[in-house]
Amino acid sequence: MTDTAQFFIYLLAMAGSTYFIRLLPLLFCKKKVENRFIRSFLYYVPYAVLSAMTFPAILYATNSLLSAGAALLVALLLAYREKSLLTVAACACATVFLCELLLRLC
Amino acid sequence: MNKKTPFRQGLQDGLPICLGYLSVAFAFGIFATNAGLRPWQAVIISMTNVTSAGQLAGVPILVGGLPIAEMILTQCVINLRYSLMSVSLSQKLDDTVRMRDRFLIAFMNTDEVFAVASGNPGLVGRRYLFGLILLPFVGWSAGTLLGAVAGSALPEAMISALGVAIYGMFVAIVIPPAKKNHAVTGVILIAVALSCLLYYVPVLSQISSGFSVIICAVAAGAIMSVIKPVGEEAEHD
Repeated sequence: MTDTAQFFIYLLAMAGSTYFIRLLPLLFCKKKVENRFIRSFLYYVPYAVLSAMTFPAILYATNSLLSAGAALLVALLLAYREKSLLTVAACACATVFLCELLLRLC
Repeated sequence: MNKKTPFRQGLQDGLPICLGYLSVAFAFGIFATNAGLRPWQAVIISMTNVTSAGQLAGVPILVGGLPIAEMILTQCVINLRYSLMSVSLSQKLDDTVRMRDRFLIAFMNTDEVFAVASGNPGLVGRRYLFGLILLPFVGWSAGTLLGAVAGSALPEAMISALGVAIYGMFVAIVIPPAKKNHAVTGVILIAVALSCLLYYVPVLSQISSGFSVIICAVAAGAIMSVIKPVGEEAEHD
């Protein structure tokens, strides 16, 4: 078996399992959920997912804990002021860049 | 509000996701070529999977030639959160979304697309969703290509800075609703507390990151649904 053939077999397994996990609930949940607990749960889950993915992972996403912490604070502040997704993300990146520049100079 | 078509509104909402993806996919492109894949292979993986955590976990399995079953199991666990999101998203779709549209929407139901779609007041239609998913797909594919081809030329300081882009976007999605709704603040705090527990406590920290997200999300969502179930009105604030 060639390398390329093997690559495509793994690709199929990887992409196929990812796709079915996303597809099946969308195909089979066509009615509105009436149960209040489940409706509440589905309303809260996105916030829980994004929060759990962000913290503490964001602290280790850069070269230094300090620059990442500063970026998180900047993002929280700007998000609280309801700046756009792009503004918040860009300012967080800029904060990391400036912090690490400062750290190298000091 | 204004006269933008739903498709254009979707494109506009998708633009920040696209830019965030450019940077994250860029990092994936570098990672994949360093692991031994060719640039075209990295790009095809991105174009067919569109999932950051799943791809990061999948590449070593592919390169190492580990059992296919391990690939499938890993992807299922890491990406299980998408099934929660798809159930949740199914409740947000209006009548314009046809059966065949769901095949396409499901393909691009990423964390960020899902978050932006669910952040919309009221239901979302097919044209809006098609607009929303277009640019993120382009950004994810193009970013991977750039990272795979040119990644080694970029200064280390810039790669480090780009590392927080996607998290900055997450923060921007969850904080504004939390200002208006204390229950959302509660969910965020519970999820973060659990996530820290699973990250730092010795035995618990062996749980994979994908599985940890599921545990945190299910627990935080369930706890808050018991404490403060949403009424008809709160859902579409």
